[in-house]
Amino acid sequence: MKTVRSMVLVSSDPESQKRGSTEIYAAFEQLLSQYGLSEEVQLTYATDIGNSTAVPLVMIYPEAVIYGPLLVSEVPHIVEEHLYKGRIVDEKLAPRYALSGRIAWLQARKGTLPAENRVVLKNVGLIDPESIDDYIAQDGYQALGLALTQTPEEVIKTISDSGLQGRGGAGFPTGLKWSFVRKAAGAKKYVICNADESEPGTFKDRVLLEGDPHRTIESMLIAAYAVGADEGYIYIRGEYQLALQRLEAAIKQAEEYGFLGKNIFGSGLNFHLHVHAGAGAYVCGEETALIESLEGKRGEPRSRPPYPTNEGLWGKPTLINNVETLANIPPIIIHGAEWYRKMGTPSSPGTKVYTILGNVNDKGLIEVPMGITLREIITIYAKGMKDGNFKMAQTGGSGGSIIPSSLQDTPMDFESFKKAGVALGSGALLICNENVCIVDLAKVLINFFRVESCGKCTPCRIGTKRALDILTNISNGQGKMEDLDELENLSHDLIALSNCGLGQTAGTPLKEMLNYFRAEVEAHIKLGICPSGTCQMYN
Amino acid sequence: MPTIKSLDDLKKMREEALRKQELKTSTGKTEIVVGMGTVGIAAGARETLKAILEFVDSNHLENIIIRQTGNIGIDSFEPVVQVILPGQEKVTYGHVSPEIVKTIMEEHVIKGKPVSDYQVKS
Repeated sequence: MKTVRSMVLVSSDPESQKRGSTEIYAAFEQLLSQYGLSEEVQLTYATDIGNSTAVPLVMIYPEAVIYGPLLVSEVPHIVEEHLYKGRIVDEKLAPRYALSGRIAWLQARKGTLPAENRVVLKNVGLIDPESIDDYIAQDGYQALGLALTQTPEEVIKTISDSGLQGRGGAGFPTGLKWSFVRKAAGAKKYVICNADESEPGTFKDRVLLEGDPHRTIESMLIAAYAVGADEGYIYIRGEYQLALQRLEAAIKQAEEYGFLGKNIFGSGLNFHLHVHAGAGAYVCGEETALIESLEGKRGEPRSRPPYPTNEGLWGKPTLINNVETLANIPPIIIHGAEWYRKMGTPSSPGTKVYTILGNVNDKGLIEVPMGITLREIITIYAKGMKDGNFKMAQTGGSGGSIIPSSLQDTPMDFESFKKAGVALGSGALLICNENVCIVDLAKVLINFFRVESCGKCTPCRIGTKRALDILTNISNGQGKMEDLDELENLSHDLIALSNCGLGQTAGTPLKEMLNYFRAEVEAHIKLGICPSGTCQMYN
Repeated sequence: MPTIKSLDDLKKMREEALRKQELKTSTGKTEIVVGMGTVGIAAGARETLKAILEFVDSNHLENIIIRQTGNIGIDSFEPVVQVILPGQEKVTYGHVSPEIVKTIMEEHVIKGKPVSDYQVKS
């Protein structure tokens, strides 16, 4: 196992090369082996690092220090001081005015690499999930008590001010959603927690529900008070048996303690909570299909509008939030919106839970502030690639995006990813090395959507099947160049014409495959070879 | 159990729960925490927990609290066991099979010397 302590990035855009970045790279290479650091320090070129007049730049992680402009003669000093002795060479730091774009953002964080900051996962792995006393000892249900002393409008304002966005993948402002339900007419309203986490590779909600079930109950109570609901459902994925048992036990305890039921805390708030297990349909994670399923019908998405905030479960105004979104509520109520805004980026405050899997050394779960880059996650939290080099990452299960290595220095938040044309998704990071074939990956993803498509609308039902056929042909060596145009049309139609999120996201892997890895697909068709050696060619 | 009627009630409850926790630790008991999320259980945390219980039983150890918790995030290292000796820092062990349990219990829990071979360092 190769573990990396530090990482050195040398800029290699044309301007940097003109000013000697290749020589700088060679000097680093030689000095690192001279100091015996080659094993623990990873040296790479970085392209696409945003604009800067201070090239050639050298970035050193984990401190996220940027040096520049650097001369070859200055490299020995940097290696000795920074990499060998661990002292930052202040006089060679790149001036901030010379940097812009992405790189300025990294510079602004100099020396303060976002450490793991557990807000959502604070109690997970610390308390006994089956004991309500453990939860109360960790300030449990305090936020509910606090919220009940405020008016519902004040609670919604706090959530809006905090800038919390939905963590299920779409990133819709939570405060806004709450205010829609609050304003919707009708005496009967519902709160639903979407725990039907079916994105392959995502397991953040499971960990939350298994490790800290009372947090979800408390958040739903606060939400119910804020929007004026008196009944709630937790729609949990059927496979999550352990989480289901722990939730049911937690609800029972909460009822005994008087947190659920009638006249909670003597405030007049009534709330009853039910748990409903799904039956293994991916589409039921889509909010309107989830509602249909709760009503006992086939899990097929509804046409929108009307949105669930006005006409949801049994035609009543309904609030649907993801588990992780809800888990952010109690700390925001206790510490305030200002405190929450201090974490993450201005456009996407707070933290995000990521599940890391794939060709990396340490797989698992982390919670870091929004705006960390993919490169930082791979090198620092996943302790480097297990074998080979980074080729691409898949965010958010099947419904996310394929991130090529050129985008690995983009801050990971909703805004920046949207600008880069990719989606953050639900928080799974599948890291792939160069042994993964893009056609193979796309085939697996499309097949998943084909199987999970509910069949209600044509683009999704037929489109996924057709795309799979074409991809299978390409991977068998029977592809034609016209297939690429058809795939492009299919991806466009899937995104534009599908009824719900399932079909819409089914188009994205196709689109990104053609955007970022077109050459590799063409090699399959024209040359009859698979560059990564995954696909078996028959002709 | 009394139902909680107000925020004051809750505060009292919290203090009581905290006091109970402090009682546990201040009486010089050793805490052994086993990560029992789905990942841990799939990796064999139940066997690990059973081995710990059996060891405690067969060696007639006293003043030991064994409890479970959720996933702490290091899935590649499951099953994960944490040992907290009274007044000391938490020590995290990874890949704890029933055989390793024996070593950890003998060396760390009984003799008080953490076993560096199986420790997870961040």
